[in-house]
Parts: sequence; C-alpha cells; structure tokens
Amino acid sequence: MPRFEDIHEGDSLPELRKTPTLQTLVKYSAGGGDFNPLHHDYNFAQAKQIGSIIVHGRFKYATLGELVSNWLGHAGRIRRLSCQYRGMDLPDKEFVCKGIVKKKSTDGGRKTVELDIWAENAEGKKTTPGSAVVVFA
Amino acid sequence: MAESIEITDEMKSQIGRQSPPWDFEVTTTSVRMFARGVGYTDPVYFDIEAAKKAGYRNLPAPPTYLGTAVFLPGRCSDTFSGPTEGIPSVNHGLKGLLDGGTETEYLETICAGDTLLAVQKLEDMKVASSAALGGKMLVLTVVTTYTDKATGKVAARQTSQVIYY
Repeated sequence: MPRFEDIHEGDSLPELRKTPTLQTLVKYSAGGGDFNPLHHDYNFAQAKQIGSIIVHGRFKYATLGELVSNWLGHAGRIRRLSCQYRGMDLPDKEFVCKGIVKKKSTDGGRKTVELDIWAENAEGKKTTPGSAVVVFA
Repeated sequence: MAESIEITDEMKSQIGRQSPPWDFEVTTTSVRMFARGVGYTDPVYFDIEAAKKAGYRNLPAPPTYLGTAVFLPGRCSDTFSGPTEGIPSVNHGLKGLLDGGTETEYLETICAGDTLLAVQKLEDMKVASSAALGGKMLVLTVVTTYTDKATGKVAARQTSQVIYY
C-alpha cells in the first residue's frame, strides 16, 4: 500500500500480465453481462470477418482498473479512469498492463496522483492507452 | 466496409435524447462475479470483513464495474443485458460494432447495497476514418449518469464511445 509521501513522478506501477483464454472471456461475459458473440463464438459473422474472436475492450479496461487497484491497495480512491480501444487483442495472447506516475499534486488541499496507464501486446504496441486520477485521504 | 456514412436529420435528432431512469442495484453477488471475471485476487472485492477492514461499508464496486447489467427479461437486450426501453437509438443500418473507449468519473464510493438510478444520454455523433478498419465509422458518444437513490447525489458518470462500421 503506497503512502502519498513516498510516491514520485516517474514511478512505475507493478505490471499486471494477462493471457485471457476463451474461459476467461466467458467468465468476464458472465461477470459483466456482455454476451456479444464476438467474444466467444468463432462462427459469429464479425469474428469470421476479423479472423478470430477478440478480447472485450471492457475486459482490458477492467484489467487497467485492476492494475491501479492492486497498486493502490485501497490507500486512496480512484476518481477517474479512462482508456481508448485502439487495437484488438486476441485470446491466448499475453498483454501487459503498465502504468507510471505522471503528476503528483496537492492543489486545493487534495492529495492527487495522475497516472498514465496502458495495455500493450507482445509486440510492444499500446492497444489500450489510458489514464487515471487517484485521490489520497 | 462503409465507403461513406451519412448522418441523416433523423439520426441527428437523437442527439441529446435521454432514457428514462432505471434502477441499477449493486449487490455482493454481482460484485464478486465481476471481480472473478476480471481475475481479481484481492479479498476486498469478495470478503465483507476484508472490505470493512479496508474502510468500506460493504464490498466496494471494483473500478469499471459500472455498466454491468441488471437483466430483466423482455425489457433488456438478450446480448448486452442492459435495458432497451426508451434508450436513445440510432437507425444507421451498420452491422459491425466495436467499443471505442470508456471513461468513468467517480464522485462517491460505490458499494454493494447501493441502488443507483441510471440515465443514459446520447451526447454526440460523428463520422471518422479508421485506418485499422479500412473505411468510415460512425462514433456515438453515450453518457450514463448514476445517481445514488438514497442520497440523491451523483455517484458516477460514465462516457462510452460506441463504433459502428
């Protein structure tokens, strides 16, 4: 659990590695309620056209949330979390969630940390760039 | 792949439309299922005692939990599980659907036991080019506002980009 005083701009968050299988995607569909066949049915027309089922963008968003939550250890609260889905990720391929501390401030008496976060694939391409704002008590 | 996409007046007239509010219940079971689906091992999302030790009143909703559907047969989409009644919709005829991006702003800590009132609004609509898709895409910006039913305070706002191609 990080203390605000010990956090520095440029610090890296501990990486979070994910290799989602079809079962992972089915579990996420059940947990999140999104049963779009693009994420579990290889015979779905859009999956055939793409050449594979694809990982939910929202699963990658959720794993970026997990990255921040694991780092934060509930020492503060997430105030904003965002990402863009720029590239598709496929099942059984590893992607890595990473983050760095972009800015630390106490503007208006609020202990605030801004993070750059992203998921990148095995080729090092950032398929899912994002950002987060965390406030400490 | 669409060579061009025209935003008709009928489509444009949907901008600014918002849905009637629906109840969005945050439950211990749905928090645990969501956390399991993501792959969390943090007991705070599974064990109420651990959540209380971490300073929460009940299991906290994991980041990005919002959007998780509360399914009602006949009143929700069988595929996406969310409500269909009165939701702003655009008649564009495009078959391909992808998620473009998501942003959530949290104003309150959301925990199991909370009931939020969700209202969805179609904020914007634009046509953009996509090198990856090799053509044009229609991008809708949808904002869902979640208000805590007990306190009347806005708990969170979620903005999503939905891509049709």
